Amino acid sequence: MVTLNHYLALSAILFAIGTTGVFLRRNMITVLLSIEIMLNAANLTLVAFGRHWGAVDGQIIVFFVVTVAAAEAAVGLAIVIALFRLRESLDPDAFTSLKW
Amino acid sequence: MLLLIPLLPFLGFVLNASVGRRVSKAVSGGAAVAAMFGSFAVSAAASWSLLGMPAGSRIIDQSVFTWIPSGDLQVPFALRLDPLSMVMILVVSGIGSLIHLYSTAYMHEERDSEYARYFSYLNLFAAFMLVLVLAPNFLVMFVGWEGVGLCSYLLIGFWYHKPSAADAGKKAFIVNRVGDFGFLLGVLLLFSHFGTLDFHELARSVSAFAPETAAFGTLSLAALLLFVGAVGKSAQIPLYIWLPDAMEGPTPVSALIHAATMVTAGVYMIGRNAVLYSHAPGVLELVGIIGVATAVMSATIGLVQNDIKRVLAYSTVSQLGLMFLAMSVRAYAAGIFHLYTHAFFKALLFLGSGAVIHALAGEQDLRRMGGLRKELPVTYWTFLAGTLAIAGVPLFSGFFSKDELLYRAFSSGHPYLWFFGSVASLLTACYMFRLVFLAFHGERASGAAEHAPAHGAAEASHGHLHDAPRPMAIALVVLAVGAVLAGYVGVPGVLGGSNRIERFLEPSFTAERAETAAASEYAAEGAHEAEMAGHGAAESPALEGVLMLTSTLVAFAGIGLAWLFFLKRRDLADAAAQRFQGLHRLLLNKYYVDEVYDAGIVQPVRIISEQALWKGIDVGVIDGAVNGAGVAVRGASGMLRLLQTGSIRAYAASLMLGAVLILGYMLWPR
Repeated sequence: MVTLNHYLALSAILFAIGTTGVFLRRNMITVLLSIEIMLNAANLTLVAFGRHWGAVDGQIIVFFVVTVAAAEAAVGLAIVIALFRLRESLDPDAFTSLKW
Repeated sequence: MLLLIPLLPFLGFVLNASVGRRVSKAVSGGAAVAAMFGSFAVSAAASWSLLGMPAGSRIIDQSVFTWIPSGDLQVPFALRLDPLSMVMILVVSGIGSLIHLYSTAYMHEERDSEYARYFSYLNLFAAFMLVLVLAPNFLVMFVGWEGVGLCSYLLIGFWYHKPSAADAGKKAFIVNRVGDFGFLLGVLLLFSHFGTLDFHELARSVSAFAPETAAFGTLSLAALLLFVGAVGKSAQIPLYIWLPDAMEGPTPVSALIHAATMVTAGVYMIGRNAVLYSHAPGVLELVGIIGVATAVMSATIGLVQNDIKRVLAYSTVSQLGLMFLAMSVRAYAAGIFHLYTHAFFKALLFLGSGAVIHALAGEQDLRRMGGLRKELPVTYWTFLAGTLAIAGVPLFSGFFSKDELLYRAFSSGHPYLWFFGSVASLLTACYMFRLVFLAFHGERASGAAEHAPAHGAAEASHGHLHDAPRPMAIALVVLAVGAVLAGYVGVPGVLGGSNRIERFLEPSFTAERAETAAASEYAAEGAHEAEMAGHGAAESPALEGVLMLTSTLVAFAGIGLAWLFFLKRRDLADAAAQRFQGLHRLLLNKYYVDEVYDAGIVQPVRIISEQALWKGIDVGVIDGAVNGAGVAVRGASGMLRLLQTGSIRAYAASLMLGAVLILGYMLWPR
């Protein structure tokens, strides 16, 4: 029997994997992928709770999140391409000129 | 009608101050003189109607508007004419008119705009002085009191491009402020104690008290504080130092402000509050001591000064001391009488010295004068009349007033005041005739020729000296007539007169015309006093005769000494100066009082201001606080901005950390 706790545990694991990816990977495209994993961890939580309570609210919100994530991916990839054209690099640490 | 008296000069001031620079000298000077003569005419008319009233109730009140309505404090801007202020307005507007007239010639070499500026100040002064003497309460008097101080400052520093004149103006103003502060405190004390500022109501309240003989109470304190104001304004020890320096101003200003009118304001103020002072005998003693000390000290300084105007300035200080002496023995009428005669002869002497200075193109040093008698006959004879009057030669005005006040000092049981007053008279006769002999008699000092190169332009005009021009001559002659005849309103009983001016003035110095039964306890005493005051002259004619003879001898002795030392045997004077070199230098340097004040007050203030207040508190504390706030903000920002690394991963880490902390705080099991 797969209970709510199983879904939540999987969601937490996915979120931790995503977070780790965001912090540890040196490639901006991978970082974007990790952010997608974090978003989907959150989506999983929402859907799990929706099913648990027998309500559709969670599934509706997930549609919005998917929509926004698609937009975010488009904008994010466009920025990554622009940055790559500037520095020939995908390392986020190469772009630290916006300071002081 | 009373309002017109100060209003006319004020309108003259407004005219000259606004459009004076665009009109010719004839218009600006003419307007100023016309305003003063108009004021004098109104004063005379007002005095005439006052004289028409019955002797006991001679008062004309005019309320102009309510100036300050504030709860218990109701101050009307009003004017009041009584015998005392009548004498004062006649002196101020009368002598003021003559001095305005004189000034039209004396200041004629100034530029048009300067000329108008001069007359606007002079008119403003006259307006304030008339407000001062017509004031029915302390607050209106204070307006005049401060106003004349301001005009004095402006006129002393009239030639402001000359540093010494600008400094003298500042000195006069600052020293006067010291006195004015005391005056203001005295007024506040009286108001808090009696709840009124009106002179009459105050006198009525005060007369319900017994004279404060033993304890030093409120009345004495108030009287003392007011006297501090009088000391500043009337140039007595220890605040007299500004008056000799005030001679930096134009000579007619010295005549009007620093001899005839403004400096007598202190004496007038004591006379105005005679009832209060009569109830503070301890303060009156002090007034007498300061007055007589000032009289003698400044007379000794006057004996050796070489600047013609400075001699007259010290003479003024000395004569003011004698007036305070009269006030201190409750001979208020005698003091005002001397004020009145002094105004004539001292204005005359200053204007005469102005004529000499004018003729000699600015020369003020007595040692470079001499033999002017033949060349300046009008000036000489009028000056001589003034000198005889101030020396106290019988039948001249100064004789009657000075003799009266010395007699009253003696008969009221103050023989030491009489003695020192007589010493001052002796010195007065001596230094005044020294002045006459040095300036007008003998030979023109050979120094004049020696100094010719140094004086280029000045000496050029020495070839043919011109006597006073017509407006100056008119003023001199009228004042000379006044200096001779002014005393005849107060011929003492022993000479067959009836001392009319003192009887006329006496009601101004009592609390109430008709004593009410409530004050009966002291009414008897008051009546006795009034009797003493009114009929003192008749009480001991023999004593008065002897004293009169003494003061006559004193006057002639002074003249004789001056004749011996400064005309007959001038070498004797030099020998004496050599013999008593220390004393001579002490006097020549005015007892080093200015130096003592400089070391004791001015320098400490300067040093404290510079080292502690400026470099310590201002730079250290105030600037330090402002700059310190800036430095602290800059330092903190410098640290904080290091957080902005520009690295996205660092931002993400702090975001994450924040989210974890907040979640941890909210989810932590309690």
